[in-house]
Amino acid sequence: MEQPIPKEVLPRDPARFAGRPAVISCKGLKKVFDGRTVLKDINLEIVDGETIVIMGGSGCGKSTFLRLLLGAYAPDGGTIHILGKDIGNADDATKDEVRKRTGILFQSGALFNSMTVGENVALPMREHTPLTEDVIEIMVKMKLELVGLRDAEHLKPSQLSGGMRKRVGLARAIALDPKILYYDEPTTGLDPITSGVINTMIMDLSKKLRVTSVVVTHDMGSAFTVADRMAMLYLGEVIQIGTPQEFLNSPDPRVQQFVYGKPDGPIPLRMSRTDYVEDLLAEDPLAKAR
Amino acid sequence: MTPPLRDSLGFAGQSTGKIFGFVGGMGLLFRDSIWWMARIPFTKGSPVMRREPAFTQLARVGVSSLGIVFLVVFFVGMILALQMAYILKKFGAIEATATIVSIGMVRELSPLLTAIVMSGFVGASIAAEIGTMNVGEEILALECSALDPVRFLVVPRLFATMLMIPAVTVMANVVGIAGGWVIATQLLGMSSDLYIKKAIDALVVRDVVTGLIKVEAFAVLIGLVACYEGLSVTGGAEGGGRATTTAVVFSIVSILVTDCFFTALFYFVLKA
Repeated sequence: MEQPIPKEVLPRDPARFAGRPAVISCKGLKKVFDGRTVLKDINLEIVDGETIVIMGGSGCGKSTFLRLLLGAYAPDGGTIHILGKDIGNADDATKDEVRKRTGILFQSGALFNSMTVGENVALPMREHTPLTEDVIEIMVKMKLELVGLRDAEHLKPSQLSGGMRKRVGLARAIALDPKILYYDEPTTGLDPITSGVINTMIMDLSKKLRVTSVVVTHDMGSAFTVADRMAMLYLGEVIQIGTPQEFLNSPDPRVQQFVYGKPDGPIPLRMSRTDYVEDLLAEDPLAKAR
Repeated sequence: MTPPLRDSLGFAGQSTGKIFGFVGGMGLLFRDSIWWMARIPFTKGSPVMRREPAFTQLARVGVSSLGIVFLVVFFVGMILALQMAYILKKFGAIEATATIVSIGMVRELSPLLTAIVMSGFVGASIAAEIGTMNVGEEILALECSALDPVRFLVVPRLFATMLMIPAVTVMANVVGIAGGWVIATQLLGMSSDLYIKKAIDALVVRDVVTGLIKVEAFAVLIGLVACYEGLSVTGGAEGGGRATTTAVVFSIVSILVTDCFFTALFYFVLKA
């Protein structure tokens, strides 16, 4: 369930991150699918320790942007540097080096269903560290304790609720103590209390562990709660970057419409390439549409 | 160019492209899988293939499928004996039933039927499982954890099919011949000793070896096609269902083509 914008949005101090190095840097980023430009000329710098929320309506390109950051897609133009590596043009070994220092919480949790909760969290440690099984067992308990699920270690993912799956996903994401955490729609489909818990976890991890967080969401309540900065995507372009206060007071009617969830405004509900009336009046609307 | 001609050429071009894409994709997947498998004995620390998932797959492919494979080959053994008895009786050579069942089973029917049953039983299940993982973003999660899905998912499954399908085929050879034995001893009036002697005497080592070479090729195809289709799933649950069907159809077609190729090779080149 999506939450409303908090009544009081605490002011963020942009100076807090001044002088910190950029851990993610996108320059002129472009992605095309089947001749359709999904992202065009994205320029974005995300500095060490900040929490940035990438938001936008369905189909605006935010999931594609996240997959580019993950190295799952190669860009069709521009560069993406993550922790100093050009991940857009990197070989698999370099991508894996970066991936070991990042974690992701998927929308569905994406837990490995054939494994128990404990095995899911232990997997990155077993594969990428020389830790013994005894140490890994303790580490798994610690990670699960951080997300409040220490007793769920022996359960299978099919025995968990949606919120628990996300929390286990988060425990797995932080298994290797990453420098960057990506969150894909972290609160979508959760009840308000679980959403609040997830929001608190995002803020805690950011503050206590100084993890850089990239949160992709269209849940405004969550966005305004966790964000140090926000960026809004519309039709594959970044139309505004700024603090939550700047977004609340944005003069851009597209930002205003999206933030306050207004049904009428410059962002249309129907995203058709052809005019509705012309389609109706055309002799063969299907042929015209083609 | 007339529209029907244009459409036909377009369809032909598209289909050819898909076939090349499929064959190329399978080739790359096979190359990567073999690369990982070759590293298994030499890897210290984090092993290429952990024991538990490997045994899970071995049990899934080998043990779980025994019942259905044995049932099919046993009945085919009985049917073959009856069909042959009909014509052999006319020539007064009813005892040759044992020879035909034995050679037919070991050289052709047992490997082919085991592979076809395995395509439906194991191939479909592997394609559905990996396809569901793909839809549920588990494959992406593996990649984001710096774990190669080929190593993690394909290698244990391919290893299991390559090891267990030939093993099941060896047992299926015996079960198929036993199916013929039931008919020969109960309905055709042959003595048990005579049937067994004739069945064993008819076989030479190359019959068993050629059957096993063929079934090893089928096993690679079943594992590869199932994994490839599972990894290629797009479009949610519908895509998963399509991948399962495609995996079974492509496996069976490729098994038949490969069978024809190997049989011709053994006959004309190796004279076996």
